Amino acid sequence: MVEFALPKNSKISGGKTWPKPSGATETREFRVYRWNPDDGKNPSVDTYYVDVNDCGPMVLDGLIWIKNHIDPTLTFRRSCREGVCGSCAMNIDGQNTLACTKSMHDVGAGGAVKVNPLPHQPVVKDLVPDLTNFYAQYASVEPWLQTTTPTPQKEWKQSHQDREKLDGLYECILCACCSTSCPSYWWNSDRFLGPAALLQANRWVTDSRDEATGERLDNLEDPFRLYRCHTIMNCAKACPKGLNPSKAIAELKMKLVERQI
Amino acid sequence: MSGPSSLRTPLARVRNLGSSHSGTQDFWRQRLTAVAMALLIVPVVVIVLMLLGRNQAGAAQILGQLPIAIILLLFILASAWHMKIGMQIVIEDYVHSEKMKLALVMANNFFCIAVALASIYAILKLSSGV
Repeated sequence: MVEFALPKNSKISGGKTWPKPSGATETREFRVYRWNPDDGKNPSVDTYYVDVNDCGPMVLDGLIWIKNHIDPTLTFRRSCREGVCGSCAMNIDGQNTLACTKSMHDVGAGGAVKVNPLPHQPVVKDLVPDLTNFYAQYASVEPWLQTTTPTPQKEWKQSHQDREKLDGLYECILCACCSTSCPSYWWNSDRFLGPAALLQANRWVTDSRDEATGERLDNLEDPFRLYRCHTIMNCAKACPKGLNPSKAIAELKMKLVERQI
Repeated sequence: MSGPSSLRTPLARVRNLGSSHSGTQDFWRQRLTAVAMALLIVPVVVIVLMLLGRNQAGAAQILGQLPIAIILLLFILASAWHMKIGMQIVIEDYVHSEKMKLALVMANNFFCIAVALASIYAILKLSSGV
């Protein structure tokens, strides 16, 4: 059966409350998931107080402030800090999103900002999930243009109308917010490709320049790879780029029905 | 990800045994039976209301009419099929032991076929007035 409770070594216990920064007039409480692979202990939730007058407005700014001023061992991924790279995806106040585009003021109505790693993935350390399987699933949909016709002298041509069909598909930054918010993905991530990989699959199935559409659909047509999607739509709710993977998956299913009936 | 397969590459694990090239038929049939049931439910409710409070002879008289018997038979077929596909999806979602999954899928098939046949037999028996 699927695991509905956390395994013993993942149960959260205790946690340290760090002192409030001295001299701060206004602070914001952060409760951050901590786990160190080297100390053999269970994960815990540490409480920090961020000086909001000394730090930027986003949750990522708060985390960087904690790392710089309170606890340099706090570990998380971040890079572009403007919603383009997808590195700082994490679960903030119960919702998967990017820490860099999520304002502290929009979280928890002034209460504590609760920060956890993306759900149901192995944790490398603190807020860093192991996305090896997620990336392999992306690779498995072969996300590149596939053609048999010899490459033209200039470019592969595409009409404006066909190009527009890629809108809402190409913008994905592979942050994994959608896949790790999907219950179907939690239960069957070893076999279900998940919303991110399937949205990308549809991006290439939809591309008018691609000549491997049939093979791509063949590769997806599987009760587990594709049909584990039950249109729960957590993916669309979580996507920090405002994309709709559920719709992309529904389009894949429609194309599979279309070629049979 | 432990055991002898742990040295396989992540891509090999994802590709695993490859695509089964199936699932679309069940997906389509689930929708087909859903639409069928949505259309049939109104006449079925009417028939059930007509049957309320009648004895076997009265029920046999109503079910003896061909359109009524056909509507009930279609409803049984659509709902049993829908039930079979729906339950199989739940099993595939939640049961991960391969042996247990096979056993449950098998039991689900047996149960749905048995329920459908028993219902069909009852309708035919009543409608033929035996």
